[in-house]
Amino acid sequence: MIAEALAASGDKTALFMFLAFVAATLVITYFSARKSTGASAYFAAGRRITGWQNGLAVAGDYMSAASFLGIAGMIAFNGYDGFMYSVGFLVAYLTVLFVVAEPLRNAGKYTMADVLAYRLKPRPVRAAASLSTLTVSVFYMIAQMVGAGTLVRQLIPGVSYEVAVIGVGILMVVYVVFGGMLATTWVQIIKAILLMSGSVLLSILVLNKFDFDLGKFFASLTAITSTGANGEVVTRNFLTPGLLFKNPWDQISLGMALVFGTAGLPHILIRFYTVPDAKTARSSVVWAMLIIGFFYIMTTFFGFGAASLLGPDYLKAHGGTNMAAPQLAHELGGEVFFAFISAVAFATILAVVAGLTISASTSFAHDFFTNVIHHGKEHRPGEEVRVARITAFVVGAAAIVIAILLGPTVNVAFLVGLAFAVAASANLPVIVFSIFWKRFTTTGAVTGLLVGLVSSIALILVSPDFMKNAWFPLKNPAIISIPLGFLGAFLGTFLSREPSAENLFAELKVRANTGLGAEKAAPH
Amino acid sequence: MKSPERNPRDLTPESASPTDIAPLGRPQDKPAHERTGAEDAAMADWAAIEADPDFISLLKAKAAFVAPATAVFVVYYFALPIGVGWFPKLMETRVWGDVNLAYVFAFSQFLMAWLLAFLYVVVAAGWDKRAAAIIAKFQSREAK
Repeated sequence: MIAEALAASGDKTALFMFLAFVAATLVITYFSARKSTGASAYFAAGRRITGWQNGLAVAGDYMSAASFLGIAGMIAFNGYDGFMYSVGFLVAYLTVLFVVAEPLRNAGKYTMADVLAYRLKPRPVRAAASLSTLTVSVFYMIAQMVGAGTLVRQLIPGVSYEVAVIGVGILMVVYVVFGGMLATTWVQIIKAILLMSGSVLLSILVLNKFDFDLGKFFASLTAITSTGANGEVVTRNFLTPGLLFKNPWDQISLGMALVFGTAGLPHILIRFYTVPDAKTARSSVVWAMLIIGFFYIMTTFFGFGAASLLGPDYLKAHGGTNMAAPQLAHELGGEVFFAFISAVAFATILAVVAGLTISASTSFAHDFFTNVIHHGKEHRPGEEVRVARITAFVVGAAAIVIAILLGPTVNVAFLVGLAFAVAASANLPVIVFSIFWKRFTTTGAVTGLLVGLVSSIALILVSPDFMKNAWFPLKNPAIISIPLGFLGAFLGTFLSREPSAENLFAELKVRANTGLGAEKAAPH
Repeated sequence: MKSPERNPRDLTPESASPTDIAPLGRPQDKPAHERTGAEDAAMADWAAIEADPDFISLLKAKAAFVAPATAVFVVYYFALPIGVGWFPKLMETRVWGDVNLAYVFAFSQFLMAWLLAFLYVVVAAGWDKRAAAIIAKFQSREAK
């Protein structure tokens, strides 16, 4: 029914809106690519982005397909438990604000590995750090591709999920290669504004259905009927916890991944290098928290609203878990609003993948290829940029293949939760130790990164969502793999000594806490 | 260093300009951001600053805020999954109309996060001034 309606008119509107956004961002990309000279401009936007701009960009980078499509679907299908994602995603920023943002801005340059390599031996540390950056980025990107694939399939009837994923993936990789950080930052800002206005409008339309009476809105959630696994009709109170997570440890493990993972996400961390100083880094986190928090509170209205106004059965038949927000828009605002929300969701995915591809290919080309394999020397001019492009292509291809294997029915918020677990287990322990622990060594950094990376991925592969008769009972590995990452870093350090690293700790401490010697903003 | 003439139609970001990420095998010095700690240790007397009483008291002041604030948010946050996981009956208590304690508690997390972030910004503004004073002190000392 919807598909026919779409074929009649809506697909053209949606397609037009989407194309308009892509065209606009390509123009921005074109002009900033011409303006950007040198890596400081390309990778860190000249360090001249202001606090609120960077706050919007951080919010734009963060509110991915997982937030908009994933959480809405999670709440629409499982009620309260989905809202736990919203809470965790915001509280996570306190870890970023208190622990990593300012020291990183003061002591680092372009990538997470810069901070780690400062005191330790650069080559092994950069190799391990770039491996974990690539892995986290691929995981994160898979989620975006799944979201994009389901969306395009709905926008253009007749296109299969596989074709949609491949098309979207190719478009994104091509788009990223020229952009650079300045272009990406502006794309994020525009997208954040679009996403916020779309969500506000959607929330208002939902509340309008309940005569703007919150009591009436919440009352409608107490009896949501859906069809159970055996075809029976089930009536559930969607405000009751435990509809999704039967095992309480699942909640704890997911919470740990979310709250500690954000501070290890490479594409969020590099955002703090685009601002002039630590003070601006701080204010941008606070701006981001205001915007993100407001957005996640609104997931109450469009997530629960989709459950109440459309119901899980209807959503299952119309695009599944990741299409709750666009279908709700269709119900409330007709074709045009559906088109607008779909274009916003698409823009969201496009922008996030741009940020991810930049951080992944920068890390590989710079940290691994130039510094590790070639000992900091390029054999032929332009080689590093070419390697970055090849990496962007390979990372995109890997994400496309895995997204196709997973299929359109996996919830994207769930997938992103796994990326957070990998980031929290591999990256966070070594970042914290290198900033706060004098005795920390190269061996410790490498073992910490590798143990966190391998254990989190291994546990994901043997978890209930990827294996029948799973060996590991929880959906998210963080509760085991984060302590393992810390333990790996600790044992590696304990079994080695590195006086040169200890001697440089005074310097790192002074730099991190005062900003003395930090990279300045580039002049005009 | 001036970058060589390039085709204006070429959108490829320039590499090897003064702020580039690697010396790329060319005979220039390593760019500033690429140096490791050992290579630019000479820019300030780090050990002296580290031992400076003002610097030590700045670190103490930071720790005195950050450590308890981190503890508060970690405890407050994990109280939510613990509450809904192990005390579901308590959390299903209706507080306002059909809204239960679980939702109110989850909603309060947003307010908690915003409040702590606001307090942090207020307190950290003082740290900025102290850090600037320490830098100024050592820079004038070196100039003498």
